[in-house]
Amino acid sequence: MGGKGRGWTFRLVGLLTPVTIWLGLFFLVPLLLILAYSFGTSNIYGGITLGFNPGNYLRVFDPLYLEIIVRTFVIAALTTLLCFALGYPLAYFIVFKGRRWRNALILLVMVPFWTSLLIRAYSWVVILSGNGIANKTLQFLGITDEPVTLIFTSQAVLMGMVYSYLPFMILPLYASLEKFDTRLKEAAKDLGASRWHAFWRVTFPLSMPGVIAGSILVFIPSAGEFVIPQLLGGSRTVMTGSLIQNQFGSARDWAFGSALSVMLAALLLAAILFYVRRVGADKLEGV
Amino acid sequence: MQKRVSRGRFLKTLGAAGVAGSTLTILSCQPNTNAASSGGGGGGGPEEKELALYNWSDYVAKSTIPSFEEKTGIQVTQDFYGSNEDLLGKLQAGATGYDVIVPSDYMVTVMIKSDVIQKLDKSKIPNTKNVGEDYTGLSYDPNNEYSLPYQWGTTGILYNKKETGELDGTWDPMWDPQFEGQIAMLADSRETLGAALYKLGYSVNTKDDGELAEAEAALKDQQPLLRGYFISTEVRPLVQNGDILLGHVYSGDAFLALAGNKDLDYIIPQPQASRWTDNMCIPNGAAHPDNAHKFINHILGADTGAKLSNYTYYNTPNQAALPKIDPALKDLPGYTLTPEIFERLEVIEDVGAKTREYERIFTEVRSA
Repeated sequence: MGGKGRGWTFRLVGLLTPVTIWLGLFFLVPLLLILAYSFGTSNIYGGITLGFNPGNYLRVFDPLYLEIIVRTFVIAALTTLLCFALGYPLAYFIVFKGRRWRNALILLVMVPFWTSLLIRAYSWVVILSGNGIANKTLQFLGITDEPVTLIFTSQAVLMGMVYSYLPFMILPLYASLEKFDTRLKEAAKDLGASRWHAFWRVTFPLSMPGVIAGSILVFIPSAGEFVIPQLLGGSRTVMTGSLIQNQFGSARDWAFGSALSVMLAALLLAAILFYVRRVGADKLEGV
Repeated sequence: MQKRVSRGRFLKTLGAAGVAGSTLTILSCQPNTNAASSGGGGGGGPEEKELALYNWSDYVAKSTIPSFEEKTGIQVTQDFYGSNEDLLGKLQAGATGYDVIVPSDYMVTVMIKSDVIQKLDKSKIPNTKNVGEDYTGLSYDPNNEYSLPYQWGTTGILYNKKETGELDGTWDPMWDPQFEGQIAMLADSRETLGAALYKLGYSVNTKDDGELAEAEAALKDQQPLLRGYFISTEVRPLVQNGDILLGHVYSGDAFLALAGNKDLDYIIPQPQASRWTDNMCIPNGAAHPDNAHKFINHILGADTGAKLSNYTYYNTPNQAALPKIDPALKDLPGYTLTPEIFERLEVIEDVGAKTREYERIFTEVRSA
């Protein structure tokens, strides 16, 4: 920036001020409030008395809550893996085989965003219920004789999460594969690499920025999810998000809810730092 | 606790619940701006012809508000909340834009103790005389200084009589292995722990750790038999569509289901079951307290009260409205209660510091 003159600095300040105010007010201030609340003491009739009470954090280590946090991370990791397994081939197909349909296909990936997640999750209830479309179809095809249990199970929760977050995996993968120079693949083949070898040694490593970005974009919201376990899981798959929601709701325990939120955020940050270290931060360049 | 009838209010309320879960919303609880900006202060001087009602969604009849506006010339704006705790959070954060709110029983106690609602001036509510004595002087506001009842109902079992045959009138079928995978309980810690406590012969408001531990054990036994824990409006279609046979529901949802299906039945189990009341209150700092009193008086009118309950399918505390309740509704099982049944209904009270223990047990049961 140095040496480009005062006009440039002014322009930069002008451009950055709105976003700084926005993020400061709606991101930083609430975050600091949660941090302050997490050391407060919840009043019996709701509300909070600020102070320094580390007891809220000690309660997080109750085996009951630890188990819920671990379960949350397992479900989020499974969701991420499944999204990757489904999303990579699709992104690859759209980029390299989509030809003139490319833009239309990637638009189709985005179509679900036009409707609220809540409505889409609820439509799964309609599809998967005892006499819903899925069961009717199975019976019509003679695969089953009577309705089978498809909903209100942990599998249904996982399916709902993969469905909801799949686009967040596909879009960054698409963006990074799209930039891929196909001549590199040809060069690899010319140098004697098999198709698989060329993919594994050339294409895949170059798409890592997309893999990393996609994984993070799927993992974080999955770990905070609370609507899908409620709608598709019959509230029997308790995740950290629902636990936090309860503390701010019927438990009237904002301090503990805040401590849980801070812990979840800290664990997510640690997991992501570990992940990025593992695969190498340099790979993130060009995302 | 979430008391609502459905008619497609499901998504709306879930949306409200979803928003409530986001910390940002909770921490930035703002008063309803369009209501607050019109506030003229409760002090002297005539009020503007406005009223801000903060209510459960789909909880007024089509005619309730227009008839009030016509009679008084007061314009009503309505906002909605999805749970008593959302409402409490907003008031505690200083939302003073509302004139009338409709909290449930136990929440009235919490609101009195946290000083967010004001005493009613009964001289401005002549229709108080219409409220039946069974619905006044309840433990959550013993002298009705702060609240007057809006609607009431029970919590019981909606079931498929055609498939199960007549139930034995207790809570035991909800624990019967022969109905494995065909039972739903409410996703409400107090009601579902309550069902276990009732089954064991204890009070729904117990603070005894031993009794709570027994209830926890009973619910852990029950958990594998369940389809899940749901809000009442979700349970109704599950029973109606034959997905499950037995559902723990609020009475209004049961009556909506019974009205269209002769195969279903609703019971208020022995030895005890819950009875709940939603109440009209005026928050501290309401901008239009006079209008608020007029509105409460309007609801307690005979005609308005009857039309309200004929729409919500809940029971009316309004004795003057009773003769005008739809006979078809009155005849549904569990709507018109004999004194014997009424006697064994218990009111859910706030359990103060024990609230967290109830929540913890419910979390533990659900993740078992």
